[in-house]
Amino acid sequence: MKLSFMAPVITFAGIAGVMFYALFYLDPKEIPSELLDKKSPVFALEAVPGYGENLSSENLKEGKITLLNVFASWCVACLAEHPTLMELSRQGKIDIYGLNYKDTPDAAAKWLRRNGSPYARTGMDLKGRVGIDFGVYGVPETFIMGPDGTILDKIIGPITEKDLKNRILPRIDGGEG
Amino acid sequence: MTINFGQASRRLMYVLCLLGTIGFVGFASAVFVEERLDDPVKEERVRDIAEGIRCLVCQNQSILDSNAGLARDLRAIVRERILAGDTDDQVQNYLVSRYGDWVLLNPPFKMRTLVLWLSPMLVLLFGGFLVVRFLRRKSAAPTENSVSRPLTDAEKKTFDQLMAEDDGERGRS
Repeated sequence: MKLSFMAPVITFAGIAGVMFYALFYLDPKEIPSELLDKKSPVFALEAVPGYGENLSSENLKEGKITLLNVFASWCVACLAEHPTLMELSRQGKIDIYGLNYKDTPDAAAKWLRRNGSPYARTGMDLKGRVGIDFGVYGVPETFIMGPDGTILDKIIGPITEKDLKNRILPRIDGGEG
Repeated sequence: MTINFGQASRRLMYVLCLLGTIGFVGFASAVFVEERLDDPVKEERVRDIAEGIRCLVCQNQSILDSNAGLARDLRAIVRERILAGDTDDQVQNYLVSRYGDWVLLNPPFKMRTLVLWLSPMLVLLFGGFLVVRFLRRKSAAPTENSVSRPLTDAEKKTFDQLMAEDDGERGRS
């Protein structure tokens, strides 16, 4: 009974603990994808003129792990992850497909010319409908696609060093064949 | 150039600021309508649904009162689905299957949201239980300080003395 006067303090400490955790470890902008472990939505898009072949959902289930990167020329954060993608593509371990989200063909082509293209295939989602089918709510987003076209993981925002090490590379090195 | 506001004009300023704030709040809840369905009943349904769909970019606004690009696209989709003859539930399911329950501003009652829905009730019950217990204990068990104990002789003497002093002062004034 002597401890009961501590109850408010303990309650407060509990709440503070939860909030402290939420402040540093939870990001309200990261909404878990509803589509994880589900098949890719069906789509077929034309390539950005001059940059790779057309992209359709068929290309995502060709028996190997692929990256589907949602990008746009108007997206500033895309520039942050661009070197990472270029490096991945240079190593040639994984095919990267670019979903050009709500852009114009000209602007997209110009952007790729200036920054280089890491994409084996590109698809122009001019109206953003394919993006919505994928549950995209901001650019960049990157989907890690399984060999049979299942969405294995989704990285929201620019790919960080940590994402690359913990989420992409283990899948490439371990998930061969 | 400096302007000196008198008392009255300063008060007027406050009133104007207040009115401005109210006006702004009213403005903030404006709805964005870029197109309108011909059928007013369907348009009404579109708005009802859109009001309950979270804009994923500006998270605590509905897609009806957000002007973000994604919100505009989602509004267009709601209109499209309604025109295609979907029921309200079908439209919601269309969005939930892509963005998860999180797009619904009103979370559905199911296993995953059980804690969310029930915890306020549990906390209320627990708090009520504590309050009742506290009050019961307070009224049931008289403690040493309780008034029911008769005064000791020393206390009585002090009490009489104080009363006498009080009377004396009153008499003076």
